[in-house]
Amino acid sequence: MLEIKNIHAKIEDKGILKGINLEIKAGEIHAIMGPNGSGKSTLASVITGKEEYEVTDGKILFENEDLEEVSPEERAHKGIFMSFQYPIEIPGITTTNFIKTAINETRKARGENDMPAKDMLKMLREKCDLLDIDQKFLSRSINDGFSGGEKKRNEIFQMAMLEPKLAILDETDSGLDIDALKIVANGVNKLKSQDNAVLVITHYQRLLDYIVPDYVHVLFDGKIVKSGTKDLAHELEKKGYDWIKEEVNK
Amino acid sequence: MSQLKEKLLSSFIAFEDQKNIDSYVHGIRTKAIRKFEKEGFPTKKMESWKYTSLKKTLNYDYKLFPTATEALEFKDIKDFLIDDIESYKIIFVDGKYCSHLSETTHDGMDICILSSALSQSKYDLVVENYFDKISKKDGITSLNTAFSSEGSYIHIPKNVQVDKPIQIVYFSTGKNESVLYQPRNLIVVDENSHVEIIERHQSLSGNSILVNSVSEIYCNQRSIVQHYKIQDDNRNASLIDNTFISQQRNSDYTLHTFSLGGELTRNNLSIFQNDERIESTIKGITIIGENQHVDHNTLIHHKKPNCNSYQDYKGIFGENSVGVFNGQVLVEKEAQKTNAFQANNNILISDKATINTKPQLEIFADDVKCSHGCTVGQLDKNALFYLRSRGIPEKEANALLMFGFANKVLSSVSIPEVKTRINNIIAKKLGVKIGFDI
Repeated sequence: MLEIKNIHAKIEDKGILKGINLEIKAGEIHAIMGPNGSGKSTLASVITGKEEYEVTDGKILFENEDLEEVSPEERAHKGIFMSFQYPIEIPGITTTNFIKTAINETRKARGENDMPAKDMLKMLREKCDLLDIDQKFLSRSINDGFSGGEKKRNEIFQMAMLEPKLAILDETDSGLDIDALKIVANGVNKLKSQDNAVLVITHYQRLLDYIVPDYVHVLFDGKIVKSGTKDLAHELEKKGYDWIKEEVNK
Repeated sequence: MSQLKEKLLSSFIAFEDQKNIDSYVHGIRTKAIRKFEKEGFPTKKMESWKYTSLKKTLNYDYKLFPTATEALEFKDIKDFLIDDIESYKIIFVDGKYCSHLSETTHDGMDICILSSALSQSKYDLVVENYFDKISKKDGITSLNTAFSSEGSYIHIPKNVQVDKPIQIVYFSTGKNESVLYQPRNLIVVDENSHVEIIERHQSLSGNSILVNSVSEIYCNQRSIVQHYKIQDDNRNASLIDNTFISQQRNSDYTLHTFSLGGELTRNNLSIFQNDERIESTIKGITIIGENQHVDHNTLIHHKKPNCNSYQDYKGIFGENSVGVFNGQVLVEKEAQKTNAFQANNNILISDKATINTKPQLEIFADDVKCSHGCTVGQLDKNALFYLRSRGIPEKEANALLMFGFANKVLSSVSIPEVKTRINNIIAKKLGVKIGFDI
């Protein structure tokens, strides 16, 4: 589904990604772990097409199509979704209006008609139930005055509504207490199928107890320095990142 | 002396000749033309006109009285009315009242026209009590006063809830000529009454049109007045809107001004709070682009204790447009416990756009709560990426952010059909099919 080939990226002349290779197939869950500043969030931004980042080498293929010239909205239309580490607060636009617009613009791009209002309402209700969200929150402005946990839950709610093929969860666990973490993870697991894939970006192994990855990769200084199964996550939790650093520096 | 000024002064005599010189208003007009002769048109040398030049606007060869009027039918004007609600309508075409497009009343209230109020003795008392009592005696307002003969006349006696909104619309057909119009509105709302007013000036041709409008609005005790100005005229039409509001005890006046069209728009708005426990709310949404100029010049004069005023003006400026906000809040020594809030937030979406914003608070009382804040910024890039990453294309995402920015002003509009109309005008302007949360 997603093939990242030798990707190099920089922001304002500062090289951050220095040759990343990664392949994610449909049905898989991958986790990327790594210390602060290793380039995890940059990788997520580059996949979703944030324009501040300049890709200087390598390429990203999504379902065999090169994403180089593809805008962020077109990537979304193709089925790429990112749950933001820091979801943006936008006063004056309700979550309902936002999500309706997003769904209908995506359908339009795919040559489909607007979703009938009845179906939209039904879907909104179902997904609210899935993530244990009070429907009242849909009429509040996007993330405006939300707690950290509410914001993250709203991200996964949007994911549930948009039904992406590839979901990137950028530090979705930060700011969540254990109950909220379980709800969010449960939501992600329910949405998971053989046709879609998840890329979890996290510092801690905690989230991976609930969203169990098939593969774990360690990102360090802009490169994937180690890959393994979920056991690697446990090892990192126990030993920290220092041993990786030592291993790389050897 | 400018050509236009000369023309105005010389045509005044001919204009007055047709009027009854014994009338009360005759004296006022004569005084006003002298005032205009002395003061003339405002120039950029005046502090309150520093950022708005009338030079280009006054340079056209305006007809002062349109020579020919064109008959309009309902279908010609439908788009410029809020046509999906029941309403009273006072419609003027080329400066003349148009009865077949209007719906006026004298049943328990007067919703009619100024020319008949000025010429019939049964209105004398109201005219003598209210006409030209609160309008500013500056050059531009005096000019209107001197030529004031037509406009809307609304008198709501006490304890009347007007059953439907009143739409006042001035059309200009002026197919082959540039015209200067000077409409005059007199609106008196007596004790305990409630009225909603929608006001609009609309040119139907591409000729240069200048409207110099004066409205005097009297909100007597416990009255509630909700007022909407829809400024979406075509690109060769300019408007100087002078509106004066006098409020009595416990009255509540709210104005929403939507400045979306036109070439040059200047809003001179003055509110006088003459007694205690008065509420005044003025809000605006300005969205303009190429070669457009909108200037909001507001005054809220707090004279007595325990009153509130609330101002919220949002502006979005594209291309080489220019915005001006000059908000004066004057709190007199006696006006203790005043609560005055003022906000002016602006977004520049082009490097060439300009906003001049100047809050002007003059506070002589010591126990008051007055706050003001003005901001100038751009659309938030991170918010834009957030929306785009959810599949909303750049143009729609930008529009959605603008709607979000202006939403707070629209949310207090009391007539849903007005909301929808404003939403549609803005969506069309931005070239999108999305809109506010209504």
